[in-house]
Amino acid sequence: MKKDGLLRVEDLCLHFRTNKGLVQAVDGVSFGLGRGLTLVVVGEAGCGKSSLARAILRLLPRNVHTYTGRIFLNGVDIMKLGEERFRREVRWSKLAFVPQAAINSLNPVVKVGNQVAEPLLVHRLAKTKSEAIARAREACELVGLPGDFLSRYAFELSGGMRQRAIIAMALAARPALVVLDEPTSALDVLTQANIMNLLKGIKQKFKTSFILITHDIATSSELADIAAIMYAGQVVELCNASQFYREPLHPYSQKLIASVPSLRQEKRPEFIPGQPPSLLNPPKGCRFTGRCLSRSNRCEKEPPLVEVKEGRRVKCWLYQ
Amino acid sequence: MLAVSVRRGVENKILFSAKDLCTWFELRRWGFFRVGSVKAVDGVSFELRRGETITIVGESGCGKSTLAKTILGLCLPARGELNFDGKRLNGLNTRQMRSHRSKIGYIQQDPYGALPPFMTVRRILEEPLRINKTGKKEEMKRRVREVLAEVKLTPVEDFIDKFPHMLSGGQQQRVVIARSIVMKPRLIVADEPISMLDASVRIEILELIRGLQHAHNLGVIYITHDLSTVRHFSEHIAVMYGAKFAEKAKVKDILDNPLHPYTRALLSAVPKLDPANVTTFKEVPPGEPPSLLKPPSGCRFHPRCYAIIKGLCDVESPLEFEAKKGHSVACWLYRK
Repeated sequence: MKKDGLLRVEDLCLHFRTNKGLVQAVDGVSFGLGRGLTLVVVGEAGCGKSSLARAILRLLPRNVHTYTGRIFLNGVDIMKLGEERFRREVRWSKLAFVPQAAINSLNPVVKVGNQVAEPLLVHRLAKTKSEAIARAREACELVGLPGDFLSRYAFELSGGMRQRAIIAMALAARPALVVLDEPTSALDVLTQANIMNLLKGIKQKFKTSFILITHDIATSSELADIAAIMYAGQVVELCNASQFYREPLHPYSQKLIASVPSLRQEKRPEFIPGQPPSLLNPPKGCRFTGRCLSRSNRCEKEPPLVEVKEGRRVKCWLYQ
Repeated sequence: MLAVSVRRGVENKILFSAKDLCTWFELRRWGFFRVGSVKAVDGVSFELRRGETITIVGESGCGKSTLAKTILGLCLPARGELNFDGKRLNGLNTRQMRSHRSKIGYIQQDPYGALPPFMTVRRILEEPLRINKTGKKEEMKRRVREVLAEVKLTPVEDFIDKFPHMLSGGQQQRVVIARSIVMKPRLIVADEPISMLDASVRIEILELIRGLQHAHNLGVIYITHDLSTVRHFSEHIAVMYGAKFAEKAKVKDILDNPLHPYTRALLSAVPKLDPANVTTFKEVPPGEPPSLLKPPSGCRFHPRCYAIIKGLCDVESPLEFEAKKGHSVACWLYRK
């Protein structure tokens, strides 16, 4: 893991104000990501992984309470940029986003081609509309969308094709980093394999970095170089992906890996009993204590993020 | 009207069977002229015994949800025969249909969409009992508690007065399961019960359905597009493609020895946890699943198939060949 890579996130916090109190959706997350690498953020529903994506892209709802930390993109602290400069210089031209349920994110009354071309015009990456359309066509062909699809509307496309259109839109401006929020969870197995092949090809060809946010561990292994395991708003383990898949260290990561069903294995997959804690009033100390089998008295205190091996960090007292 | 077919022997206990089942949706222009029909289920046959599970796998748009709805009596079949518990289901009147539906439980795909947001859990679970006018109030209350305990939403007091939005996805799906068994059905149709849930609770929900199945000797029709969970939770698989069954066999036979080219493609596309995946590309058949309005001639998989026999596959629809006892495959490669 190169520290001076493309993206470095330090102590990122995003808390929301609600009627019931403060929701600590992202609480002190730090990681680094090199060029051409993919970070997978794995975690259960409600662990703050989508909020993390929105925090990185600064796509925030209105009820934000705290939004602190530092995000370096190519060495520049983008948290310090003003809203307008961030929009003009960073969002979409350097950091693109494929939202969750992307297949429902296309505008139903605008032709697909015009939608893919729109960010190019808005960010003045293409001078004329015809140039933008030409580049949109290029991006569409790159993701395997035939050229004549540009003049179609979203409802005329199948789910997999719509997903491709969204990916084309994210790639049209040639960003250095694309944040993918559950890009394949609504798709079939075959389409999912197709999209993963496509992303892998783009990663190898253009050295684009991805942040892949998912709860599907088996699919994540298609793309992952680095894995960040999130639990209750915090990263509990950060390591190379192969280390995570082969020998996870944090008790939660171990449970996650054991819960992956497999086609060939005779072993029955396990499940993690209990519920993740509410982010409204997360428990003091280790947040996984309630469901952990190897808990002890120490766990009442907040565990440190221990560096086990070079670049491998685990937030657990067991490795102290 | 109740045409009781020949009662099968008790020892093999076939709970449900479909023979050459077809469900077609007519398309009309200006509400009048027939312009064709979407053949969502086209000639499907299978049998299910008590206490067993049959998994129906297929891509979206292959007709698997329509098949589920036909089994539940929510869509009327255009042709074919349905037998449930020794009774023929075709041509039942409304009242008989209602009593039939109460014997089949339905687990929907999206638990949040399936639960009325303005009803408490108690009211949701009482609803089927009220509609079917079973028993007194006391009995109803007892039954509601009983099923909540069965789906392990305990302590019952914590859940019974909650509204669906106050529950997590897994808990909502438990309420849906509780509702499906509240009438003590003999058959459960589970339409993608876990696809909307978080990966970590999926296994838990499948274990729960499996446990209920063993406890009450239920037949389960499990519809999914994800093969990875099938091995531990099912006895039979039917692979559906373009409104027809491509292959049908025991779970082990299909997973270890898939015959139909489509089944093979499907199995190789199932994500596996392997760090080596980062560098390898998966082989995926080209193209998209067929439109059911104008399905391709001959075998419906032939435009995407790697083993196409020219002049046969694209002309004539394959019959179901029995490759092995209990393993049938609709592919010309296995003709005898």
